[in-house]
Amino acid sequence: MQEAAAQPSLMTRARPAIAVTVIVVVLAGLWELYKLVGQTTGGTWPFTSLGLPVRPDNITMPHVWDMIGELFVPARRGGELLIVILLKGALFTMREALLGFVIGGVVGFGLGVLFVRSTLAERSFMPYVVASQTVPIIAIAPMVVIWGSRLDWPPWISVSIISAYLTFFPVTINTLRGLRSPDPTALELMRSYAATPRDVLWKVQVPAALPYIFTALKVSATASIIGAIVGELPAGFADGLGRSLLVFSQQFATRSAKLYGTVIFTALVGIVFVGLVTLAEHRFVDASRRDTA
Amino acid sequence: MTANEAMVRAEQVNKVFGGDGADRVEALRDIDLTIDTGEFVSLIGPSGCGKSTLLRLIGDLLTPSGGRLTVNGKPPHQARLDRDYGMVFQHATLLDWRTVSRNVELPLEILDIPAERRHVRAAEMLELVQLGSFGEHYPWQLSGGMQQRVAIARALTFQPSLLLMDEPFGALDEMTRELMQQEVLRIWRETQTTVVFVTHSIPEAVFLSNRVVVMSARPGRISEIVDIPLPHPRNENTRESSDYYEKITEVREALRRENGAAA
Repeated sequence: MQEAAAQPSLMTRARPAIAVTVIVVVLAGLWELYKLVGQTTGGTWPFTSLGLPVRPDNITMPHVWDMIGELFVPARRGGELLIVILLKGALFTMREALLGFVIGGVVGFGLGVLFVRSTLAERSFMPYVVASQTVPIIAIAPMVVIWGSRLDWPPWISVSIISAYLTFFPVTINTLRGLRSPDPTALELMRSYAATPRDVLWKVQVPAALPYIFTALKVSATASIIGAIVGELPAGFADGLGRSLLVFSQQFATRSAKLYGTVIFTALVGIVFVGLVTLAEHRFVDASRRDTA
Repeated sequence: MTANEAMVRAEQVNKVFGGDGADRVEALRDIDLTIDTGEFVSLIGPSGCGKSTLLRLIGDLLTPSGGRLTVNGKPPHQARLDRDYGMVFQHATLLDWRTVSRNVELPLEILDIPAERRHVRAAEMLELVQLGSFGEHYPWQLSGGMQQRVAIARALTFQPSLLLMDEPFGALDEMTRELMQQEVLRIWRETQTTVVFVTHSIPEAVFLSNRVVVMSARPGRISEIVDIPLPHPRNENTRESSDYYEKITEVREALRRENGAAA
């Protein structure tokens, strides 16, 4: 038992990967089963005349193999393969999202620290922080792009700012909650050592807040990608996943598999991001203190 | 600091919580108490008698509303800045992301002691509380009694002149509790630290103390001080001696005289 804990077997370590694979295969199987049944009955539930909620034709619901196959076909006649376009787009969008995530994380953490230090600051600024999140990102994005164009920075940084806008809020809320989580007697002990506020922050409050902060960072990791994709639209970038999603959704009526492929690719980018945050969490937070996501 | 100088001197100390309205609570009234250097003094009394409040006033976790209070000849605030206090609460309050050893080192980190000396000191203190081989464990791997030993080691690691303990064994089972009492007495003799100990257990107060300060409630005040001249070292034999029982009775009667009407 102890040896197993010290060095997990290959089987134990492979288990999550096996589980994910099984789920993907099952979902693909259900998708194809639905199509098969629907096409056999002519679009109704078996033995009834009730229509199925989604039409099972090959445009609305392309075959799984068509979605995958489409990745290896040029997106435009004579152009690059779709998967090449998507890979480049993903890298482009990930760069924007990563910077946005870092900016949002730092700003979010900073606001959390400010608010825990000063009730006055919390009372003064928290309403605006909350209000900022109720303004749709679609309204903010063009403004940021226009402001950014007057500054002398590469346009993709404007997109990162939009991404940061979606990222900081969960971090602020959870940082604040985490910084307030230590037992009051822990703070009294620090007081009895005549500890400086900085010591209290870095030796007690921040370590106690880490599990909370990482939970927020996982939410923010996916939000940063959404922010980057939405930000690319008003910026008019042709290189990111945003443009691909826009263009392929317009071509949905003829070649829907391209849009499905792009959507799946976007989801993979999000999974990679969350995975990276989880890796960092495993590095910085003990197993007993992190939530198992 | 000379040996006969008072460690704690309270004159007419008052503490009132809340304003002038209905929430006003007179927690302590006219506290006069002198605790000599090297003494072991317990504060005992029913809930609401202000024994914890008095401890927190001494430790500068609260400020008196009136009267004069000095620790080591200084205002408590200055004594705190001079790191005169070691504190142990009912819950060990160890930081669960730090090993036992790093928990004990925490006050030394705040005092900017170099890492090398911190490690040596932490190891010594863990020896003192008989947890020498547990330095690399995490708090959750220890029993409640062991965690409380770590808390004591942590409180003593920077050699404070005054150890303040607020019902430190209140959450422990009876057997562990008696064991810990003996440990505390041994540590007290070895380190010659002055101890102020809050408890609501009469046998515990009698077993540990040179003097037991009996308090009563509404408003919190000192009603009697009982000397406990039992010889040291105190051990299991002490617990079975008739002198011990006499003192327990004396403290119990003192408590009953002052608080019996309400109970």
